[in-house]
Amino acid sequence: MKDRSKEHGAPPQGAAIESRRDFLRKSGAAVGSALSFGAIGLILPDELEGVTTTDYDWTKHRWIYLIDTYKCIGCGSCVRACRAENEVPEEMFRTWIERYQILAGGEAHVDSPHGGEFGFPPVAEEHHKTKSYFVPKMCNHCEQTPCTQVCPVGASYSTRDGAVLVDPQRCIGCGYCVQACPYGSRFINPRTHTADKCTWCYHRLTKGLKTACVEICPVNARIIGDMKDPDDPVHEILATKRVQALQPQLLTKPQCLYIGLDTEVR
Amino acid sequence: MFPELTGFLFPNDIHIHWSLMIVMYPYITGLVAGSFLVSSFYHVFGRQEFKPLARLALATSLCFLTVATFPLLNHLGHPERGVNIVITPNFSSAMAGFGILYATYFIIVLLEIWFVFRVDIIRRAAESRGIPRFLYSVAALGVYDTSEEAVQIDERITRVLAAIGIPMACLLHGYVGFLFGALKSNPWWSTPLMPIIFLFSAMVSGMALLMVLYQIGAKVKGLPINRDSISALARWLWLFMIVSLTLEVLEIMTLAYERAEEWEVIGYLLTHQLSISFISIQMVVGGLIPFILLMLLVLMDRYLDDRVRNTLAFVSSSLLLLQVLSMRWNVVIGGQLFSKSMRGFRETYVPGMFEKEGVLAAVIILAIPFILLTVFERILPTMRGDGGGEVAARS
Repeated sequence: MKDRSKEHGAPPQGAAIESRRDFLRKSGAAVGSALSFGAIGLILPDELEGVTTTDYDWTKHRWIYLIDTYKCIGCGSCVRACRAENEVPEEMFRTWIERYQILAGGEAHVDSPHGGEFGFPPVAEEHHKTKSYFVPKMCNHCEQTPCTQVCPVGASYSTRDGAVLVDPQRCIGCGYCVQACPYGSRFINPRTHTADKCTWCYHRLTKGLKTACVEICPVNARIIGDMKDPDDPVHEILATKRVQALQPQLLTKPQCLYIGLDTEVR
Repeated sequence: MFPELTGFLFPNDIHIHWSLMIVMYPYITGLVAGSFLVSSFYHVFGRQEFKPLARLALATSLCFLTVATFPLLNHLGHPERGVNIVITPNFSSAMAGFGILYATYFIIVLLEIWFVFRVDIIRRAAESRGIPRFLYSVAALGVYDTSEEAVQIDERITRVLAAIGIPMACLLHGYVGFLFGALKSNPWWSTPLMPIIFLFSAMVSGMALLMVLYQIGAKVKGLPINRDSISALARWLWLFMIVSLTLEVLEIMTLAYERAEEWEVIGYLLTHQLSISFISIQMVVGGLIPFILLMLLVLMDRYLDDRVRNTLAFVSSSLLLLQVLSMRWNVVIGGQLFSKSMRGFRETYVPGMFEKEGVLAAVIILAIPFILLTVFERILPTMRGDGGGEVAARS
């Protein structure tokens, strides 16, 4: 574990590089092991020096999440990373990927085998497809969220920096929030018997890290940005791209916005 | 076991989070509210034909009220934190009103029962010996005035309590409908009609339950069944079931006629997953058949033999009890058989027999109020006052 910084960095000084081929082989192995480390278990915040939550001020941040459906390749890394990072129980999903195939005639065929966690199988049926795309889904961290509204004990709450969280110490497990969420983002955790959902990896955000799904995404389809940071690239994206929220007619004001959302997506 | 699925469901939507217990909860509170309102027909509106039922109705309401929280507590992931709904409520939640409504209503019912049964408590205290005497004396709260003047005051207070109880009962149960009706996430629940549908079906279930209980109670105790009471209760039951059923059909009709987006899902749901529980049971066996039976009873009342009338009333009431139960099932479970993706369905939900929220737990919870009622009957007679006053209204 301690050697991981070396893997990311340059080869140790004085290492004899016999040939170009050998160099490429060695560095290839280093990159490969770094990638596989990332795929199996992410770097845990506690393992990184100087990363603490003590200096985090939630009034100085306002998080926003962007998903670029043009970029998503449906590899499922984000689903796996989320499960590993947050110990999401089997058969439950804090994030998942949907595959849309618009068939000739306009009908949409949607699937999400095991939440897209292990990628997608080739399409069995031969359809003439006009277009197809992947849509990653997760909690929308709505500003006007029905889930915190209905929580009878205030265990579901919105943080000042925009995240919607559940306090598992207070949650009574009534499931009302699960019913109230129009996006199917919540579930009752069978281990804790409390409501569970995406936290935007709040334990990472507050330590200056990105969420597990953003970190792992190989194509940058997922972006988390800070609206209160004027230098954050998210401002430029919002200023130049056309973005849309899921089910905007419900007026829940999602803080998770999509680039390239199609009408078929709910 | 993995449920059978059709179409595309959001992956978290394949689970039924609100199970049989959440079906039982509105069923039980409906019985509470409905039976209370029957007692108010006599206590507030002075309908003499309901006098033989008034005490039974109150006791029934109390017994079912006692267990109303059981299915909820059994359902909660953390029942030990359930009390937080009352002590630290989040008032933006519809559910937070539960503690206040439940507690207030409980107090009103208890008070009303005390005033209604006060004379009987005193008489029993005087007639019994030993521990029962002590307990009855405690229940009398040290007041032994049974003068005509005191009894009149009792009646006046009872009338006020019963009058306050009417809106409280409506709130207690309308609130349950509101819990479902005010969720914009679910098109099968989200309608302002929901609390009203719940209220009328509560009336139906409460009246039907009393019809059944009264006839069984009279049979067991060897008491004559009051013809006027049966006729009157059947008439009101017929009216309320017509309104209730009309509202239930109206909701569907509106959705279907509007051809709203949600009809694609709900139309499929009603004709596939819910075809038996909705069309066969809620509409035909529990709706149309009791409607015809009660219509016969009401229109041909004066030509009917007592036994025929009682049988018609008993059978149609039993069917209506089933109807209301199926309505609760269709609302609660039906609302979870489709995904919020509006593209996919779970084919069935069959609760397990012995699981935590399974059939056995539901049967036990539903049996408790009947056991309580027999205990209540031993302590304080509901069918007949000790002085025989309650059957005096016999025609």
